[in-house]
Amino acid sequence: MGIEEKLPNGIMLASLEKLVNWGRRNSLWPATFGLACCAIEMMTTGGPRYDIARFGMEAFRASPRQADLMIVAGRVTNKMAPVLRQIYDQMPEPKWVLAMGVCASSGGMFNNYAVVQGVDHVVPVDIYLPGCPPRPEMLLDAILKLHAKIADEPINARRAQLLAESGHRTELIASSIKYAKK
Amino acid sequence: MGMFDPLKGFGVTFSTMFKKVVTEEYPEIGAPAAARYHGRHQLNRHPDGLEKCVGCELCAWACPADAIFVEGGDNTEDERYSPGERYGMDYQINYLRCIGCGLCIEACPTRSLTMTNEYEIADDNRQDLIYTKEDLLAPLLPGMEQPPHPMRLGESEQDYYVDGPELAKRPGVPDPVGEEVK
Repeated sequence: MGIEEKLPNGIMLASLEKLVNWGRRNSLWPATFGLACCAIEMMTTGGPRYDIARFGMEAFRASPRQADLMIVAGRVTNKMAPVLRQIYDQMPEPKWVLAMGVCASSGGMFNNYAVVQGVDHVVPVDIYLPGCPPRPEMLLDAILKLHAKIADEPINARRAQLLAESGHRTELIASSIKYAKK
Repeated sequence: MGMFDPLKGFGVTFSTMFKKVVTEEYPEIGAPAAARYHGRHQLNRHPDGLEKCVGCELCAWACPADAIFVEGGDNTEDERYSPGERYGMDYQINYLRCIGCGLCIEACPTRSLTMTNEYEIADDNRQDLIYTKEDLLAPLLPGMEQPPHPMRLGESEQDYYVDGPELAKRPGVPDPVGEEVK
């Protein structure tokens, strides 16, 4: 992204990577892409009972230029697919996509000519959230799993290569186990 | 419009400070779903460890989203997985298609397929969200034996079904339903 791309590997970068990822994952800005019933659950997640603000994502905004997480909630029709792609392209890097619900993830029960069979045909998806619709806890769980993924992201090409060589894969643990009160 | 109307709004905000917090502490205190929540599926076992699934594919036929794939196999005297003639050799549920409607549960003639309260199943790739038989089979409780093994609780499958409730109550045989509720 900047000067960190040119620097050699070292302790400083390892810590910087942690710091950057800490900042990124604790201040995700969701761009809403509510298309169907899943969006209702997504709105509930933003409400006081589930309070998504506890995880550093206060408000859902329809402004992709400021957003870095696109939550695709609902079935994507072929007609909507170019719009979805445009919203994704307008978002600045780094950006992540969460496919919420079975329709966004794979087309779900709508296996027909009108619906895109999984939003990953249009944009790269980082986390799939099944459920029809997923309850707000499931969305929080998916977001927390995405946090774990972001925490492991490499900061530059060299770190990415090292990570790929080590075959590292982020372990996704159920949130109620991972964050259980001791 | 009174003079103090603008202040009344602050009064609402202030009084909220003394009200009970409605937010669910989700990841810290794993929010349990309702007792009959339609979560992840489970393939149950007889009290001796044999599988209840007979590979009839009624669940796959009932599924409106075509999320279930079943392939039945023949039990032999040497290799027995379920009482009776047939067992579910291959069993897959695609959670990216499953809408959790529970029609498969209603269709199951042996109460083999039931649903659990587990819902934290978000993942980062489509492959891992196709749950196979190993993921879906109920864990072996104390007193159960890993199939294949001969029928321990009767001469034929009739004994398993006719005496099923009695067998489950026998001393030493754990109550799988009771385990689930806990």
